[in-house]
Amino acid sequence: MMLSMTKFTLLSFITSMEEFFGNTIPVAEGVDRFVEWITETFNWFFDPVKNDFGNLIENFAELLASLPASIVILLAVVLAYFLSGRRFALPVFTLVGLLFIYNQQLWEQLMFTFTLVLVASFISVIVGIPVGILMSKSSLAEAIIKPILDFMQTMPAFVYLIPAVVFFGIGMVPGVFASFIFATPPVVRFTNLGIRQVSKELVEASDAFGATGKQKLFKVELPMAKTTIMAGINQTVMLSLSMVVIASMIGAPGLGRDVLSALQRAQEGPGFVAGLSIVILAIIIDRITQNLNKGKA
Amino acid sequence: MPVIKVSNLSKIFGKKTKEAQRLLDEGYSKEEILEKTGCTVGVNRASFEVEEGEVFVIMGLSGSGKSTLVRLLNRLIEPTEGDVEIDGENLATMNKEDLRNIRRQKMSMVFQKFALFPFRTVLENTEFGLEVQGVSKEERSEKAREALELVGLGSFVDQLPSQLSGGMQQRVGLARALANDPEVLLMDEAFSALDPLIRKDMQDELLDLQEKMQKTIIFITHDLDEALRIGDRIALMKDGSIVQIGSPEEILINPANDYVEKFVEDVDRSKVLTAEKIMKRPETVNIDKHGPRVALERIREQGLSSIFVTDRSRNLKGYVTADDVSEARKQGKSDLREILRTDMPKVDKETSVHDLFDIIHDSPVPVTVVEDGKLRGIIVRGSIIAALANGSEVDGNDA
Repeated sequence: MMLSMTKFTLLSFITSMEEFFGNTIPVAEGVDRFVEWITETFNWFFDPVKNDFGNLIENFAELLASLPASIVILLAVVLAYFLSGRRFALPVFTLVGLLFIYNQQLWEQLMFTFTLVLVASFISVIVGIPVGILMSKSSLAEAIIKPILDFMQTMPAFVYLIPAVVFFGIGMVPGVFASFIFATPPVVRFTNLGIRQVSKELVEASDAFGATGKQKLFKVELPMAKTTIMAGINQTVMLSLSMVVIASMIGAPGLGRDVLSALQRAQEGPGFVAGLSIVILAIIIDRITQNLNKGKA
Repeated sequence: MPVIKVSNLSKIFGKKTKEAQRLLDEGYSKEEILEKTGCTVGVNRASFEVEEGEVFVIMGLSGSGKSTLVRLLNRLIEPTEGDVEIDGENLATMNKEDLRNIRRQKMSMVFQKFALFPFRTVLENTEFGLEVQGVSKEERSEKAREALELVGLGSFVDQLPSQLSGGMQQRVGLARALANDPEVLLMDEAFSALDPLIRKDMQDELLDLQEKMQKTIIFITHDLDEALRIGDRIALMKDGSIVQIGSPEEILINPANDYVEKFVEDVDRSKVLTAEKIMKRPETVNIDKHGPRVALERIREQGLSSIFVTDRSRNLKGYVTADDVSEARKQGKSDLREILRTDMPKVDKETSVHDLFDIIHDSPVPVTVVEDGKLRGIIVRGSIIAALANGSEVDGNDA
């Protein structure tokens, strides 16, 4: 009796499972419709961003590219010299590296890539630090935001390139958008971590002397977390640089486009040169942002 | 009126605080409550009052709830139940803004691990409390410099905390707390992170400062020697409850229960007990009335080797030895003045037993305890040993 009952329930369970897996849940369709809905509903936001903001950064990139390369290189070398604590390794590397890129006729592309990285990182930091602060202050916010960050970092970039194009057309803006998604998580995470790591006694001390929440944040927590936050910013900048090639697939101009076209035409030489230029830019930016951290901490 | 009045103050950590509180009221122990509700009793219905200008020490072993208790006093930890009144205002129930004002103006805290802001200079650290109050730059700099001057760090204003030694860092911590000119100073194991020699210096310095400032100080420590040294009164804590409150001597001499007794067992009594506590009533002869015959009689009666000599109003004149007295008798002398010796050691009532060691070691006769020239008592080696062996049996009578 018992056995047959068990058999029966088991059988009915299996049938219902089969039914369940027989019909695909229409997740993909749902997302399609969702993206469509967003596009239509937030058109008032996307359009000006696509046009005005797009024009702004392109003009900025063109302005940079139109400056005499010699002056830009000189400025970069001087900056590197002072930020690296008046040592010579970084300025020499900056000089040689940038002259090499100029020599390879990649100067204009470099300026576009630099602009893309600058704008994308800037937006990431502007958004990321407040979100990180929110996360550090509320465990609920942390619980909600953490999986979103995981999602942003692990979702293959190509997946959000598609809606990026739908929202912002092609060009620099979707490039900035894609790079924002990929590069924001580190600065959020590091800000959260940095503030949570501030020693309990220091937080108690500021409370005990009657600091308000805002005073505690600006006078104690953020200064204490600065080194960690700067490390997060450095990571954000590096990640947004690594998005350069992928962003070029949706029309963002710059060094990435040269890599992409070399890939499409199977030209090893030009591909290597463009890739090397990205590496040079990466190293210069990385060392400069790292020194920014050391210098002030 | 007491500056701080704490009544029935409790803190229970955990989720089921209501239930834990009920069990606590029914008399369950900390362990039983933890087992039944998963709640930890941090502080269990503590009540005490601290008078103005008093150094009130709260001491207990780690886990006894003393650090929680001090944080309940300025509400860094929210109390579960009970009241903390400062100048008649109940801190436990006031709103955030009033609380902030109390913290800014009436109470300051000194932390065990200093809790200095590493990116701020010594001066900027000291200014912190004034800065959050919105005091102008000039004024706070002036007050901070005064506070630093007070703790002897006037010339270190521009250093970073990491450039200073531990003792100096804690002086900055103290200066930061004093810069606000608070009524109450909460010191949470303030000297525990310092090495023993520096710790003793800091204790002395705190006592010196206290003499000038007359603040109300609540001092947390796990070190009984420290508590005895600096405390006017001591509250002993165990498992979140205060088991005894009393003066250092009361705690040493009349421990309220086994726990306190065990606690004070290891203490270096020699530093706490004073000459007054261990002195005995001396045998004396009156220089105006008595001659060698009486002296010799008394020496023999008591089995002494010498006897102290006073005048009518107990002013100490000196002593005579048994040998001199019997010699004088043989020679028929009648005045003790002829054989009087005056090289006996004199101490006052407050001299600690610790300081008596050397004195008594070099002395052929008992040490005399003298007040305004009058002989109050004497101390023999035996009474020191007895006092150190067992404080509660000390014969404290006054001669």
